[in-house]
Amino acid sequence: MIDPTKTHQTLEYKHGRPLLAVRYAPDGKAIYFSAENTPPQKLLLAGEGTEPTVTPLEGGHDSWVKSMAVLPDGDAVITAGYDGRLVWFDVREEKPRLVRVVEAHQGWVRSVVASPDGKLLASCGNDNLVRIWDAAEGRELAVLPGHASHVYEVAWRPDGTAVVSCDLKGLIKEWDPVAGVLRRDIVTADALWKYDTTFRAEIGGARSIGFNADGSQLAVGGITKVSNAFAGIGTPVIVVVDWDQPAEPTESDNTTEADKQTAAQAAGLKQLEGKGAGNGVCWGVAWHPEGFWIGQAGGGGGGWLRFFKADASEDFHAMKLPANGRGMALAADAQSVAVAMANGYLRVYALHA
Amino acid sequence: MSADPACRSVEHALSRRRLLGGMGAGALGMCGGLAATPALAEAVKRGSKRVLVVFLHGGVSQLESWDPKPGTDTGGPFRAIPTSVPGTHISELLPHTAKQMHRLSIIRSLDTKNGDHGRGQREMISGRDQPAPLDYPSLGAVVAKTSTPAGFSLPGHILIRGAGTGPGSAAYLGPQFAGVAMNDGKPPEYTARPDGLTGEDDRRRAALRSRFNDRFAGRRRTADTDAYTFSYDQALDLLDQREVFDVTKESVRDHDRYGSHEFGQHCLLARRLLERGVPFVQVNHSNYDTHFENFDFHIEQLGEFDRPFATLVNDLTERGLLEDTLVCVMSEFGRTPRINDRYGRDHWGTSWSIVMGGAGVQSGGIIGRTNADGTAVEDRAVDHGHVFHTILQAIGVDSLGDFHVAGRDHPIADPAKGPIDELLA
Repeated sequence: MIDPTKTHQTLEYKHGRPLLAVRYAPDGKAIYFSAENTPPQKLLLAGEGTEPTVTPLEGGHDSWVKSMAVLPDGDAVITAGYDGRLVWFDVREEKPRLVRVVEAHQGWVRSVVASPDGKLLASCGNDNLVRIWDAAEGRELAVLPGHASHVYEVAWRPDGTAVVSCDLKGLIKEWDPVAGVLRRDIVTADALWKYDTTFRAEIGGARSIGFNADGSQLAVGGITKVSNAFAGIGTPVIVVVDWDQPAEPTESDNTTEADKQTAAQAAGLKQLEGKGAGNGVCWGVAWHPEGFWIGQAGGGGGGWLRFFKADASEDFHAMKLPANGRGMALAADAQSVAVAMANGYLRVYALHA
Repeated sequence: MSADPACRSVEHALSRRRLLGGMGAGALGMCGGLAATPALAEAVKRGSKRVLVVFLHGGVSQLESWDPKPGTDTGGPFRAIPTSVPGTHISELLPHTAKQMHRLSIIRSLDTKNGDHGRGQREMISGRDQPAPLDYPSLGAVVAKTSTPAGFSLPGHILIRGAGTGPGSAAYLGPQFAGVAMNDGKPPEYTARPDGLTGEDDRRRAALRSRFNDRFAGRRRTADTDAYTFSYDQALDLLDQREVFDVTKESVRDHDRYGSHEFGQHCLLARRLLERGVPFVQVNHSNYDTHFENFDFHIEQLGEFDRPFATLVNDLTERGLLEDTLVCVMSEFGRTPRINDRYGRDHWGTSWSIVMGGAGVQSGGIIGRTNADGTAVEDRAVDHGHVFHTILQAIGVDSLGDFHVAGRDHPIADPAKGPIDELLA
């Protein structure tokens, strides 16, 4: 029985290099993770008391892998790199096989996600573009311009009818993935962006994204209330957006926290922040089918898992992690989450006693 | 305090005033009023050499700029790209600068043994070990002192800053060589004539002050009164040359080439000042102190830096000015090879890089070498003292000599150090 207050570690795997991203295989028998300066890895989960086996997804990239998509049938993994490439791997056999390398974006590919039916992929990156791909053949089907800054995250609505993207400035757009056109600018999540006048640089963007089960809400994780951009002094936050967002999005010029709060309330946005949350970024967000959001934060305040009920703005439970996490994945059976950790460990936590 | 015979003396100031008075305001404004013509560039070339420092505040990462280590545990996610110098690679974040590297050299072996911002800024800009803030003149003051042509009516030491530290100290050289700041690229403060005061009234007022001043100086002249005199004279000069500081006078095309953002505008302004013979110009670019999200922030900051800097180097070359202008890109230190758990890099003075070019220094070269993961200098360790000597010698200043001030000899640069000879060969 799911009980977040009983969350506990069930697996610890030391990779050595700092981890970046993590994804479960749909059948829950394997976990894929990426790390600084090593190929992504496929970790086959074994029975209790048995050491898991790990095999690399070799080739295709000459930089770190930022994001990964696992097709719903579990047969293929598509990795997205800081080198601008998408790389397809056949993972049906024990040893993953490189299938295809595509020069996908100019600059980093920040995210790649498979559609619910596994036929399409959506990717986004530092060329300010969202791109739609044929998942089986690797053909580019649509190029979606419109963002004016780096696009940090992309997600599919659970019914597969829409792709959403969020950029550095917190602007969230909805795209028609089949027609390849913009449907609407949903809202600008002001809380997720700031220009730091001391350091003269922008900080923000969606660092994690996810829908609830019926697609009525979209959650975007990041950092807010930044007082020192270059030290990462700010609060991890999840901004929850109603899909039937009534507000007309506008170019935001809100610069103070008070202005942002006012604008967020007017737009019907809800901000989820942990009680006494330390400094950091929300690097992972997922909706649990039992009816709560899971946020995974990491930064100067350490690593945390935080749990938020849908109708509350503060967490009902929080668990300190042994190190900063940089990404989180919820297993398909929703019994556990896997966290990619900056200290080189992959850790799995059961969400029950 | 007695007057300092080595600094700009009262006699110098007087003769300069007479010169200015004889030439009249029109001649005074000539430098500022001229467009940037080949004739102007030629005239500038005939004068002393100049120095341009681009100071990347906060400490730029050597691994994301001049000494990339892709594929290593410390290298980060960026790739290295080839440059205009066969075999030399720099970070992919600098594609425009890569095309100018045949005009520049990289020093990859800075070991300054320091990770403190204030100390690093003072050391890099004074060439001395752990100086107190006012102990030694800054590079700009030394260049202004040694390289300002006689009769030159603009400040010899100008700092264009959006953020970062203030103007460099002149220490014992006297305040007339201290930096004049252009905050946010605006003209120096107090260089606009107050509303309601006509030019004629101002000149009459200045003449009266000058008569009183000369009379006083005849009996009670000190270094302090010299400094006051200089300040008044400089302010008067600048009133008539404000246009020099007005970057809007540059062409629309040049504004497009340099970009409308702050650093682009400041680089264009630097070109304008160098074309008019200002001996020392420093442009600050802020900020690189990336303890968090080092890679995102370096995309942003070096994305601003790359094109305007490359454009400036190219323009100085095409206008014949680079051969007499020493260009140096520096920071107070580099950043840790180790990537921290917030995707950041911290302060690192043990093995980092700067870039230098122009004024006849070797171009297309690489001085020194770090080890495979960039954690240590393997060859030709140098520090701020060596850099200071090298810059001065490149512009023809005997950095091993002394300033003679108030009866004391002050070594121009750290006597325990010397220039990087390979760059000067």
